[in-house]
Amino acid sequence: MIGRDLLGIEDLDRADIERILETAEHMGEIGEREVKKVPTLRGRTLVNLFFEGSTRTQTSFEIAGKRLSADVVNFSAMSSSLAKSESILDTARTLDAMDPDVVVVRHGVAGVPKRIADVLEAPVINAGDGAHEHPTQALLDLFTVSREKGRIDGLTVTIVGDILHSRVARSNIYGFLKMGAEVRVAAPPPMIPPAIETLGVKAFTSLREALDGADVVMALRIQNERLAGSYFPSVREYAATFGLDRGKLRYAKDDAIVMHPGPVNRGVELSHDLADHRPGVILDQVRNGVSIRMAVLYLISGRRPSGGSD
Amino acid sequence: MSRDEVQQTGPGVPRGARTILDETGIRRTLMRIAHEILERSEDPDQLYLVAIPNGGVPLARQIAGNLQQIADLRVAVGILDTTLYRDDLTSTNERPMLRRTEMPSAVDDRVVLLVDDVVKTGRTIRAAMDALTDFGRPRAVQVVGLIDRGHRELPIKLDYVGKNVPTGPGENVRLLGEFGGLDGRLAVVIERGTSDLAMEAVGGGEIG
Repeated sequence: MIGRDLLGIEDLDRADIERILETAEHMGEIGEREVKKVPTLRGRTLVNLFFEGSTRTQTSFEIAGKRLSADVVNFSAMSSSLAKSESILDTARTLDAMDPDVVVVRHGVAGVPKRIADVLEAPVINAGDGAHEHPTQALLDLFTVSREKGRIDGLTVTIVGDILHSRVARSNIYGFLKMGAEVRVAAPPPMIPPAIETLGVKAFTSLREALDGADVVMALRIQNERLAGSYFPSVREYAATFGLDRGKLRYAKDDAIVMHPGPVNRGVELSHDLADHRPGVILDQVRNGVSIRMAVLYLISGRRPSGGSD
Repeated sequence: MSRDEVQQTGPGVPRGARTILDETGIRRTLMRIAHEILERSEDPDQLYLVAIPNGGVPLARQIAGNLQQIADLRVAVGILDTTLYRDDLTSTNERPMLRRTEMPSAVDDRVVLLVDDVVKTGRTIRAAMDALTDFGRPRAVQVVGLIDRGHRELPIKLDYVGKNVPTGPGENVRLLGEFGGLDGRLAVVIERGTSDLAMEAVGGGEIG
């Protein structure tokens, strides 16, 4: 069952994921209406608690909440009393006293959303914690693939890039494996976590082999400023070896789709022509993100505080 | 005639359920309703059938087919899920599954006929009227109910009624099967000892 909080894809089972995707399918229709709003969460308060900047994810949650008629408050913890050395949990408790109904948390350190969920009455949605998980990103990726391909089961999904530091990769690995896909990862050796194959994925250091017959190719963002020099020699060399372009995509299936969680470093993870042209699902991912977050908000906010009766 | 004497079973009809309208009866009723709609509509070209899923969908399609057959009239059929407009969402713990919404044409200045299988409290119809206003401003909204159970909790009346079925506490009425369905033809059944809520949990039935 979908629990009180959504902290990671690891906690979900296949039926939960299917329920979220099906709900998102219906939520998508609301975005096409003249009045893009339903009264479902009227009188409920959604707090975006972001300790780390993320315009895209925060905006996506904000739009999702507003389409469901929730009151949305953005609590940018970077500029708040945290600067005055209040602890994270004190901030959370202060927030709790304002009786929010759902709290969306983003933090640079893995496990913080869980700690906050433990002290809050309100359900918590993890919007990305360190290198741990980013469940709504994986759900929107699953949703995009299932809409694009009509299924997930039996597909081959290749994730390319910094697997070691990527919460997007981790959540997607759990998600695609639970939904029956074959998952491959491809990266320079220092960016592949040791023992990753115990999760059930296949690890490759050759992009060509990893792409062979792939239905879905997912490029991850390279935090170039942080990593160049220690994990790969230079950004240019990374782009030449692991950057996706039309030439390298020939090894994947003809109808393979190229995904990216954004923002794209053009000319690094994706060549300019791919970022602009090749089956344009990257903007669909953004659009689908709103539907997925509406679905999660709808399903999570029905839970009563303190566990509910069933 | 006691209830036991009209007890019917067949594929798709659960044990203990009694059929109160079989497929032939439903077809006749929907044909009569189509005639009534034509009789009372000043401008039939402006009609728009909007079904409340799941039960309203086959009924609205059948009415549209009847209107075409009787008067060569092509009436648009839409599907409008009312779940996100329900007034009991804050009091339920488990979120109900959403259903499809498909509104193929604009509702502005149309005469919208909301079609539902079983009308009881009127709360679903209230939710449907709210949902409809998000799609535009119809000239008029009317309600077609195959079964009217009474027990209204809101000031809503039906414009076209298939059959009035007064029910007692602990009884539930629902539409089963599909037109010409191999696993069970369309039928309206009445059951005892099942709460509305339990019916809803299994995905069938209509609470309002």
